[in-house]
This record gives sequence, C-alpha cells and structure tokens, in this order.
Amino acid sequence: MIRQPRINHGAKRLLTESYNTVKAQIHITLKTGVLDPQGKAIESALGDLGFDGISNVRQGKLIELDLTESDYGKARALIDNLCTQLLANTVIEDFAIELDD
Amino acid sequence: MKTAVIVFPGSNCDRDVQIALRNATDSEPLMIWHQETEMPSIDLIVIPGGFSYGDYLRSGAMAAHSPIMREVVSRAQSGTPTLGICNGFQILTETGLLPGALMRNTSLKFACCSVFLRVENSYSAFTHHYDDEEIISMPIAHLDGSFYTDDFTLTKLIDNSLVAFRYCDASGNTSKEANPNGSLHNIAGIFNSSRNVLGMMPHPERSTDPIMGRTDGARLFDALVASF
Repeated sequence: MIRQPRINHGAKRLLTESYNTVKAQIHITLKTGVLDPQGKAIESALGDLGFDGISNVRQGKLIELDLTESDYGKARALIDNLCTQLLANTVIEDFAIELDD
Repeated sequence: MKTAVIVFPGSNCDRDVQIALRNATDSEPLMIWHQETEMPSIDLIVIPGGFSYGDYLRSGAMAAHSPIMREVVSRAQSGTPTLGICNGFQILTETGLLPGALMRNTSLKFACCSVFLRVENSYSAFTHHYDDEEIISMPIAHLDGSFYTDDFTLTKLIDNSLVAFRYCDASGNTSKEANPNGSLHNIAGIFNSSRNVLGMMPHPERSTDPIMGRTDGARLFDALVASF
C-alpha cells in the first residue's frame, strides 16, 4: 500500500539548481489483524474523556527525512529499500511513502 | 569450548551470561563489542538481554544492523549454536535468523516475574538436558515479549517442532492466564529450522545458581557444553 507521491511542480525548484532535496514522509502502521494494545489503550482513554463514536484507534510512526535524490521514481525505490531494511518490520508493519519538494 | 557474548550499547545481561558461561564451560567467554567485524573460531554465540540502543525504532532493530551481526548471521547460518536471550531474541528476529516479531506486551506493562515454562522439544543442543513436556521455571523481564507471526509461519513452527518453550502454569497448562505477555500459542522460545539457533524471552542465566532460587537455566548451558 504505497501512496502516489504528491508532486509539486513549482517553478522555484526548476530555477534553483542548489535547491535539490526532496522531503519524504514515511507512515509506518501495524498490518491489519496485528494486535495493537497501545491503540486500544488510547481508544479507551478517549472514551474516558467523554469522546463518543471513536473506534479502531491504531498507533503508528511517522518518519521524516530529506533526500538528495531528485528523481521521484528513484527516491521512492530508495525509500522502499530503507523501509524494508530498517525503518519498518514487514512481519508486522506496512509503510506508505509521501514525497514533496 | 570457546564461547562469545556479543555486547551492544545498552546490553545489561552480558555479565550475567559471562558468569553462566564461565561456570558451565570452565573457561573465559570472549566478550565481543558490537563494532567488531570479525571473531575467531567460536563454538557458541550468545546475544544477551538488555536494551540495545535504548530500544530505538523497535526493540533489537538497530542492534540487528551492528557491524558484528553480519558475522553472527553468517556463523549461525553455517551451523554455529547461537542463543538469543530476551533482547537477544528480539535482535535475532530482526536479523531474520528467527521468524516472527516480539511486540509490546498486551498488558502494556513491563513483565518482571518468574514464570513456568513447558519444554516443547528436548531434541536440540540447548534443551537435551530437559525432558519433553517437563515444567521448568525461569525469570522474565521485558516490555516487548509478545511473540507474533502470521498463521502460516505459526503452523510451520508448531508442525516442525520448532517451538522450544511455552508459558504454562505450575501444572503445565498453557492457559491464557499463564501467558505473561500475550504471545501467540504461549510461545516463550523458538528454534530456527536447523535448531542451531534458539531465541527465548526468559532468562536462563538468571537461574543458574541455588543462590538465585532456581537452577533450571544452568541445565541449558550444561546441555550446550555436553553437546560440544
């Protein structure tokens, strides 16, 4: 479940050669079906605070990083690699990538 | 018998394991700092418990990529007996030497107590001094010990007798009440498919001397020495 990057074709990026980093946000979430006791505890705390109608709370991680790779295809492939090797444990977690400049 | 203990920043059971190995083997274990890239010929590698890298990202995730781990993975894959205790078990799953993952305890509490374990398979270098279905006792001390894997892998572990220990009560019942962390199938320890790698959440090194109140863990280290 990799999201399509939000591509911003701003003119600034084309004019300034040195401005060549891409910002990435990586959302790491537990796979469907994997128990999330922390999410359950948060859900129960929200209920205790009087918030009604909230269900299926799941806790995840957000990792932000900058890349010098400006080709979006290559940047996605690179982050895919980072995620499978270290950032996510694909036994229990899914990840989704968002790119922006 | 030459043994090695891998030491990471944040390991805190390395000295306990060192003493257990010293007593069992009558020789001095090699303490190997995680930044090393090589190790001499070794007959048993132990990855001790603790909080390597402060459990950053996920328990064991950073340590699994320490320089020495490339060598540990290579040795384990070539058949060197390799034992991961607690954080060591988490590190072994993160390297892929063992399947599954150790997740946050379902209670969300740090579990620090003695547990009963049922020996599921005594046919290994680690467990041959126990009897099948024998009930033993060891301490646990962890926050992320809930063993999880997909159904396919769980079935494979059970069908191939790769479950080493399961949490049980004093009578050997592997009930939900006897499960301290929410592990699937009450799993406390598993082998790899060749049974030369064992990962377990309980601490055998903390039950090696009568002064500790129990000695069931000593039999695991003695078994390793006897099988050498």
